Amino acid sequence: MVHFVIQEMKPRGPWLTPFNIISIPVILTGLVILYFRFVYGLGSVTNLSQDTAWGLWLGFDVVTGVALAGGAYVITFVVYVMKVEKYHSIVRVTVLNGLLAYSFYAGALLLDIGRPWHAFNPYIGNSFGFSSVLFLICWHFLLYMVAEFIEFSPVVAEWLHWEKARRILKRLTLTTVILGITLSLLHQSGLGALFLMAKPKIHPLWWSEFLPILFFVSSIYAGLAMIIFEGTVSHKVFRDLIDPKSHHSFDDIIFGLAKGAAIGMFVYYFLKALLFIHDKQWTLISDGWGYWYLLEVIGFVLVPGFMFAFGFRNRSLKTIKVAAVMALLGVVLNRLNVSIISFNWYSQAHYYPSWQEIVVTLTVIFTEIWVFRWVVTRMPVFTSDHRAR
Amino acid sequence: MDRRGFIKTTLVAGTAALAGNQLCAQDTRQPEEFVGILVDTTRCIGCRACEIACGEVHDLMVPDVLNDGALEKHRDTSDKQWMVVNKFETEKGEVFVKKQCMHCYQAACATACPTEAMNQTMKGPVIWDGDKCIGCRFCMVSCPFGVPKFEYNEWNPKIQKCTMCFERLEVGQKPACVAACPTDTLMFGTRVQNLEIARHRIYSHPDQYVHQIYGEHEAGGTGYIYLSAVPFEQIGFRTDLGNTPYPEYTKEFLYGVPMVLFGVPALLLGLNALVGGSEEGSEGSFDFEAKGDGGER
Ligand code: SF4
Ligand code: SF4
Repeated sequence: MVHFVIQEMKPRGPWLTPFNIISIPVILTGLVILYFRFVYGLGSVTNLSQDTAWGLWLGFDVVTGVALAGGAYVITFVVYVMKVEKYHSIVRVTVLNGLLAYSFYAGALLLDIGRPWHAFNPYIGNSFGFSSVLFLICWHFLLYMVAEFIEFSPVVAEWLHWEKARRILKRLTLTTVILGITLSLLHQSGLGALFLMAKPKIHPLWWSEFLPILFFVSSIYAGLAMIIFEGTVSHKVFRDLIDPKSHHSFDDIIFGLAKGAAIGMFVYYFLKALLFIHDKQWTLISDGWGYWYLLEVIGFVLVPGFMFAFGFRNRSLKTIKVAAVMALLGVVLNRLNVSIISFNWYSQAHYYPSWQEIVVTLTVIFTEIWVFRWVVTRMPVFTSDHRAR
Repeated sequence: MDRRGFIKTTLVAGTAALAGNQLCAQDTRQPEEFVGILVDTTRCIGCRACEIACGEVHDLMVPDVLNDGALEKHRDTSDKQWMVVNKFETEKGEVFVKKQCMHCYQAACATACPTEAMNQTMKGPVIWDGDKCIGCRFCMVSCPFGVPKFEYNEWNPKIQKCTMCFERLEVGQKPACVAACPTDTLMFGTRVQNLEIARHRIYSHPDQYVHQIYGEHEAGGTGYIYLSAVPFEQIGFRTDLGNTPYPEYTKEFLYGVPMVLFGVPALLLGLNALVGGSEEGSEGSFDFEAKGDGGER
C-alpha cells in the first residue's frame, strides 16, 4: 500500500513542458508573497484599503472562481436527476473540476481573511452568525466539498482497487448529488446576496435586490461554458488518456451544452433587461459606467448567447468554442464589476490589484491545475478503469 | 416513493435543517432602553477633547490637537482612531462634526458577521470580539456608513471601531467622549430621551436648526443622532442611505434558504422518479456504461 502511494506520487511524463516552466516560478513567488502576507499582514502585499475591503482575492478567486465551478452541479443534475445518459462520460472530470475548484477557490478565502486561525469559528462553538450570508456560504462550501468528494470517491476507490468501498460509495451518489445541487443553488445565489447590504457602495447598474437570482442564473451558463472550455483543452492536452470513442461523443455533448448555455444566457439577459427597464435606468447609461455596463450585458451576454444558438443550429463547433470563451469572460467581468470595479465607484481612490495579488491568484490557479493533472494521469477520470473489473 | 427514497429524503432534509434552523432569533430587546448619544453640531467648538479622551481610554492614538492641524482636511476614522472631528465650511460658517460608528438600531455589520464577533448588545452599543472574528471584513463591506476599520499591517489584525465605551457603560460611567465634552455638544442617554430632547430643541428654536434629526430614521435608526443648523449633505453626511434597516436587504434571501433546503431536494427526487423511477442499481451509477445505451458496448 505504502509502496503504491509512493509510486503514484512520482511525477510522470517530461518535466520541461511550457506549463511547468511558467507555473513553477509563479508558484514559488506566490509562496514567498504568502509568507509576507502572513507575517506582515495583508497590507504588505495587497492594495486593499479601508474603503476597499475586498479585492482580487475575494472578488476573483472566491466569487468568480466559484461561479465558474458551477458546471459540476449542472452536469450532475442532468445526468443523475434527469438521467440524460449522453453526458455520462464527462461527469467524472466535471465533478473533479468542481471539487478542485471549490477546494482551491473557496480555500483562497483562507488567504484573504485576516484571522484564518479562527476560520473554524463559524463551524463550532457558540459563534453561529445565523443571520449572516457569509456564515451560510461558509457552511455550504464545506458541505458541498464533502458532497463533491463523496461523488468523486468511487473513482478514488477504483484507483486504489477497493472494490467493496467503491460499490458502497456509488450508492451514495444520488443522495450527495441532490444535496450538492441544493447547496450549489444556495451558495451561488448567496455570493450575490453578499453584496445586498453594500447597496450604497455599488453602482446602481450593478446592484439589484435580485443579485442572488442573477448570480444563480449566470452560474448555470458559466458552468456549462466552463465544461466546454475545459473539455476542449483536456481533449487536446490529455488526448491519449481519453477513450477514442468519447472523442466523437464529446462533439455531440458540446452541441447539447451549447443549447443549454444559450437558453441560460437568454434567460439571464431577459432578467437583466427587465430590471433595467423596471428601475428606469435610462439616464445611467450615458456615461462611462453606462458604456461599460452595455459592453458587459450586450457584448458578453447577448452576443455569445446568439453565438451559442447559431453554433448549435449550424453545427459549428468553432462558433461554440469562441462563444464559450466570451461567456466566461462575461461572467468574470460581471463578478468583478459587482465586487471590485463598480464598488466605491464614486470614490477618487480606485482599487487596482497589486502585482503580488495577481501572482497569488495565479498561484492558486496553477496549483489547482497541477493537482488536476496529477489526478487525471493516475485515476480513471477520463476512462473507466478496466483493472477494477 | 419507496423506503430507500424515503430514507434519502429524510437524510437530505435533516442535513438541510442543520444549516437552516434558528435563522432569525426573536428580537427581545426593549427599544426604550436603547442608549445612544445626541450630537448637537451647533454647539461644537472643535476643541477635540473627545478625540483625546477616546484615544486615552481605548489605548489608541492620542492626537496632539494643538499642533497637528488635523482640522484642515477631512479625516475618516481609522484603525488608530475610533472617532474624529471634522470642520466643514457651510452657508452658516464653520461647523464641527464628530464622526464615529453610528451604533445602528439594526446593525448591518452585526448581521453580516459570520461569527457574531460583531455583536449588537442588548442596550444598543455594537461591539467587537476578537476571539471570534475571522477577519473576513464583511462588516466593512456591509456597513452603510463605512465605519469598521481593519489593521492591514498586522499579522493578527483587529477590527477597530467605536464601542460607545461599552465597558464604561457596564460600570455606570458615561462614554469617555461625552464625559470630556466641555460644551454639552454630546449628550448620553436613552435613545428615546435623546430624540425627545432633539425634537424639543428644534421646536423651541425652529430657525436655529434644520428640521431633521439625522439618525432618527436613517438606515432604520441609529443610536447616535445629530442636530444641525445646515442641511446634512453640507457637513459630510450621506443622505442617500434610505430608511430601510440594512439587515432587511438580506432577510428575504435568508428566509428563502430553509425553503430551498427542504423544497429543492424533494423536487429533485420527484423529478428523478418521474424520468425513470429509481430501480436498484441504475441510480447513482458513476460508471461510463450507463444503463440506457447498452447497445454500444
Ligand atoms: S454604523 Fe456601521 S459599524 Fe456602526 S453599528 Fe452601524 S453598521 Fe455597524
Ligand atoms: S471581520 Fe470580524 S467582525 Fe467583521 S464580519 Fe468578519 S468576522 Fe465579523
